[in-house]
Amino acid sequence: MGKIVAMTGNIAVANAMRQINPDVCAAYPITPSTEVMQQFSNFVADGKVDTELVTVESEHSAMSACIGSSAAGGRVMTATSANGLALMWEMLYIASGNRLPIAMMVINRALSAPINIHGDHSDEMGARDAGWIQMYSENGQEAYDNLIQAILIGESEGVLLPVMVGMDGFIISHSIENLSMLDDQQVKDFLGEYKPLHPLLNVNKPLTMGPLDLQDYYSEHKRQQTEAMELVKPAILKVAKDFAALSGRTYGFFETHRLDDAEMGIIALGSAAGTARHVVDGLREKGIKVGMLKLRVFRPFPSEELQQALGHLKSLAVMDRSESFGAAGGPVFSEVRSALYDLPTRPKTINYIYGLGGRDLGIANIEQVVADLQEINQTGKIKNLITHLTVRE
Amino acid sequence: MATLKELSKKDELLAGGHRLCAGCGASIVVRQILLAAGKNTIATCSTGCLEVATSIYPFTSWRIPFFHSAFENSAATSCGIEAMYQSLKRRGKLPVNEKINFIAFGGDGGTYDIGLQSLSGGLERGHDFLYVCYDNGAYMNTGIQRSSSTPLGAATTTTPAGKVIPGKQQYRKDLTDVVEAHHIPYLAQASPHNWKDLNRKVEKALSIKGPKFLNVIAPCHRGWRTGINEAIKLAKVAVDTCFWPLYEVENGKLTINYKPKDKKPITEWIKMQGRFKHLFKPENEHIIQRLQEGIDCKWENLLKREEFEKTC
Repeated sequence: MGKIVAMTGNIAVANAMRQINPDVCAAYPITPSTEVMQQFSNFVADGKVDTELVTVESEHSAMSACIGSSAAGGRVMTATSANGLALMWEMLYIASGNRLPIAMMVINRALSAPINIHGDHSDEMGARDAGWIQMYSENGQEAYDNLIQAILIGESEGVLLPVMVGMDGFIISHSIENLSMLDDQQVKDFLGEYKPLHPLLNVNKPLTMGPLDLQDYYSEHKRQQTEAMELVKPAILKVAKDFAALSGRTYGFFETHRLDDAEMGIIALGSAAGTARHVVDGLREKGIKVGMLKLRVFRPFPSEELQQALGHLKSLAVMDRSESFGAAGGPVFSEVRSALYDLPTRPKTINYIYGLGGRDLGIANIEQVVADLQEINQTGKIKNLITHLTVRE
Repeated sequence: MATLKELSKKDELLAGGHRLCAGCGASIVVRQILLAAGKNTIATCSTGCLEVATSIYPFTSWRIPFFHSAFENSAATSCGIEAMYQSLKRRGKLPVNEKINFIAFGGDGGTYDIGLQSLSGGLERGHDFLYVCYDNGAYMNTGIQRSSSTPLGAATTTTPAGKVIPGKQQYRKDLTDVVEAHHIPYLAQASPHNWKDLNRKVEKALSIKGPKFLNVIAPCHRGWRTGINEAIKLAKVAVDTCFWPLYEVENGKLTINYKPKDKKPITEWIKMQGRFKHLFKPENEHIIQRLQEGIDCKWENLLKREEFEKTC
C-alpha cells in the first residue's frame, strides 16, 4: 500500500504518468510543464514505461498526434501550459468532437501578452467550452490522484471524452511536498486495460472518422456530446469511490470545509484553497462563521450540488484566478452566480480576481475578503461586486 | 509492378459516387495511389476538396480506415496513428507481422503552406509513413486562392489579373526541394498521366521503412480554367514542358524518370489554361519569359545533378 514521498508537483505528475504507462505520449516543452515530459522522457529512456514518445515540433502537433493515436486505439496522454494550450485550441474541440478520451495535464500558467510564465488559470479557463472534462488540483497529491482518475473518467462507458487536469504553475508544479504514492501494481490494476470501441487500426473494419457533417446531422452530434457530458458526473463519483477504496482519499466535485454551519463562504480553485482553509480555521477560532468550498470539477459544472452546498449562506466570495474581459466577473463567478440564481433565497455573491501571472495570494488578502463579507452581512449591501485583489490601482 | 490489366482487377478503395468535380485530377491521383497501396492502409487527409467531397456524413468513399482531423495536421495525425501502431505492436496487442501502410494526404495549401511545419516535424522524427501532396496549385476548396504552390503569373481569386498587378508575382515554392532537405529515404514527383510511374513510386515508397514523400500534380479544371476532360492531358503537358519534372531521390541519389525528347516551351502548357490568359497580352510577355527561365533553371539543375551523381 503506497508510500510517502517528497516531490514537486511536476515529478508527482510524471510518476502518475509512469504508473499509468500510456501507449502514446506526444508533447512539446513549455514552462512550467516542461519538467513533466522531461522526467517522463527519462522513464522512456530507462525502459520504465512501454510508451511510444512522440517529441513533436509544436503543441498543435502534440494534440494532433494525440488525436491520431487515440483514434488509432489506445491510451494517450500529454502535458502543456498556457500558450501551448492556446495553440492547441483548434485541436481541443476536435479531440472532444471525435470522442477521444485523451488525458492531459495542464500546468496552469498565465497567457500572453505580456508574457508571464507563472501560475494562473487563464489557460484552462480559456478552454472551458472546448468539450473537455476539467479538473483542478490543490497540491501535488491531488494532481497525482486526479490524473490517475482522469483516465477512467474519460474512458467511462457513454462518456468517451478528453480530460484536462490543472495544477497551479510553479506554486504547486515546482514546490516539494509530501504525498502518498500508490504502488505501481495498484495503479495498473485500478486502470485495467483500455478497450477502444472503434479503433482505426482495425483495417478489417474500415472506419471513416472526422467526416464533413452538415446541417442535417451536426446538431444531433453536438447533442450527443452534451449527453456524454451529462454522464460525466456519475462517472466521476464512481471512479472516486473506487479510488477511495484503494487510496483512502475521497474526492467529489468539490470539497467543503466548515461550510455547513457557516454564514459566509469562499470558493477557490487550486492552490489558493489551502490558504483559504488556513484563514477559515483562524477566523473560526475567533468565532467568525466562515467556511470554504474548493471546486475540483469545473466541467461539467456541478450546479445542483453547489446549490445544495451554498444555498444557506448569507454571503459568498468567489475567487477567480483569471479574467474574463468584458464579462460580468471571472469565469467561476459567472458560473456560480448562474447556479445560485434559481434558489428562492441565495447568498449575496461577490467576485475577486486575484493572483494573475502568479501574484501571491496572502493570508491577509483572504482575511480582507472575509471582512468584506462581514460588512455585506451587516449592511445588507454590496459595495463592490467585482474586486481586483492585490492590484495597484 | 502491376500491369494495367492487373490493376483494373483490384478492389477500388476509393468508391465512386463521391462529390469531387467530374474530371478532378485529385480523385484520379488518390485512386491510383490506393490501387498500388492496397487495403492494409490507413489514410489521413487535410481539410480540402478531397476530404469534404469523399466523406460527407453519413456516406464515405473510403474503403480503408480514414481520418480527417484538421487542415494543417495530416502529417501529425498520421504520425500519431503510426506511433500507436508501433506501441501496440511492441506491447503485443497487434500482430507483429501485420504490415499497415500509413498515408497522409494533403493538397498544396495543406502541405506547402499551413501544414508545412507538421510535415517537417513528421519527416524529421522518422515516422514510417508516406505523405502525398496532391498539388493543384491553389486553395481550390475555398475558391481558388493563391498558395505558395501557385505558379508565377497565374490568376487566382487573391491574385487576380488586375489592371495594375497581372496575377501572382512570385515563383512557386519548390516543396520537393524543401522536403529533400530532411534527408528522408525516398521522395519523388509524379503525375497521374504516367500511371505506371506513379504506381511504381507508391509501391517503392511503401516498401521502404521511414518517412517518404510524393508530390503529385493534380490538375483542377475549376482553378486552372480548362475543359473538364483535360486533367490527364494537362498533367502530361506539365511534364513535357518540364514544369513538373518526374524524378525521384532515393537515399540522396537523384533519378530523373522521364526526359522529354523535345522539351516543349511553357507556352504549350499555359495556353491551355484560362488562369494564364492575361499573360499573352504584349505587356505581360516578360512574365512568361520569367516563368520559362525558372523552369529551365530547375530542369538544367536536375540534369546536371543527375550527371554529377553518376560520377560520385
